[in-house]
Amino acid sequence: MQAAPLCGLSATENAFITHAATWTEVMAKALHRLANPARFLRIVAPLLPWTAAGAAVCIGAGLWFGLVDSPPDYQQGDAARIMYVHVPAAWNALAGYAGLALASAVALVWRHPLALVAARCIAPIGACFTVIALATGSLWGHPMWGTWWVWDARLTSVVILLFLYLGYMTLIHAFDEQGTGERAATVLALIGAVNLPVIKFSVDWWNTLHQPASILRMDGPSIDPAMLLPLFLMAGGFTLLFVCLVIIRMQTELARRRVMALRRAALAVPQASDA
Amino acid sequence: MTFLRTVVERELRLYLRGIVDLIGVWMFFGIAIAMLPLSIGPDPEILSRIAPGAAWAIALLASMLSLERVFAPDQRDGSLDLLMLHAPSTPLLILAKSLAHWLVTGLPFVLLAPLAAIALGMDVQGVWPLACALLVGTPALSLIGTVGSALTAPVRRGGILAALIVLPQTIPVLIFGTAAVSETLKGRDSGPYFSVLGAFTLAAVALAPYAGSAALRAVRN
Repeated sequence: MQAAPLCGLSATENAFITHAATWTEVMAKALHRLANPARFLRIVAPLLPWTAAGAAVCIGAGLWFGLVDSPPDYQQGDAARIMYVHVPAAWNALAGYAGLALASAVALVWRHPLALVAARCIAPIGACFTVIALATGSLWGHPMWGTWWVWDARLTSVVILLFLYLGYMTLIHAFDEQGTGERAATVLALIGAVNLPVIKFSVDWWNTLHQPASILRMDGPSIDPAMLLPLFLMAGGFTLLFVCLVIIRMQTELARRRVMALRRAALAVPQASDA
Repeated sequence: MTFLRTVVERELRLYLRGIVDLIGVWMFFGIAIAMLPLSIGPDPEILSRIAPGAAWAIALLASMLSLERVFAPDQRDGSLDLLMLHAPSTPLLILAKSLAHWLVTGLPFVLLAPLAAIALGMDVQGVWPLACALLVGTPALSLIGTVGSALTAPVRRGGILAALIVLPQTIPVLIFGTAAVSETLKGRDSGPYFSVLGAFTLAAVALAPYAGSAALRAVRN
């Protein structure tokens, strides 16, 4: 379908609008194709063993390189090896919220039913990674800073991220009707996504003791390449694990809905025959 | 404009009918401030150091107490349908609701600020900064709170849930509100903090009505 040319616009502008409309349509079509649960399940079923195997291999290799075949930190010794779990977990906790916000946006804009399912499945897994990041950070902080917990900017931001996840999960279950809870939580996820940078900026300004970022820097990473390899392996492995868990949860959720629908249909039949 | 005034007047009348609840909220602010020296100790030096943050945190908690009254009663008795039907636009309705909420749970804290400042040992020079910071920052709390209230409108006893989802969103206001007061008390230039605080409130005025309208549409299908 072509967008009708609008009056009062130049040919280039009209061409641009048509072009933009085409692209939106292409994207909407691709999303629309995925909106069919049966087709979605057909596509992801073969992906599942690959992501699971990939996660196992990456995490296995990452653990080997991280725990055995990499130098200890010159200051922190072997305790620094907790980084290989801590940092990827923290990255995934953040990426998980980005995924949650993206899925929510797609659900809200295109009324995409599977995006709603994806969002509700991402939330608990993202919250788990956040807890892992906090727990390992605390274990790491005790020998290094001499305390389990300090109110430093990064730690505080991650705690707030956990609160956002928990708020989302509480809201989604607060309604009698499942769909209402999902729609409400979608709006909350987007508000959180808009507000998160502001919160991060405020908390950073509020206090900072934590070491500055050492991987993503303009002048290249400041950490030894021998440590970078296991770190990236673990990050890749954790991401694959995240994807794998989301797929499993989505499969389970879709199966649960199918069972509910079938049960409702089975209950409805005798009533219909009565009438 | 007429709609805004009508709704604000209606809300205020309704709040006045249940004035006991409102007095409870104001009393909570006073009592919570009185609890602080009892738990921390009467040492004026410690008290005056934590006073700005304590006053802000308590104002924040107190303004969460009445969130359940913003949308839930209207949702229950059906008047929310009529309000939305008559509103020129739903964001305007959200704006009116937040304004009314601020008039009964934000403005009173500004007026109670001198009491809090003196009770917590900030002394007379703390009165103005605290009152000004509350005046600039509390509208943002009411606006964000109204959105949370809209999200939980059909939930039975949704007040706690609303507070739960609203509190993390108000962290920037809390941080800069406290900083504005304590920097003034330390004799430093606090203009930038007040500006950032004002920026948060203005951003909330611009965005919260639309977020609240999306929230109402989401929960009321």
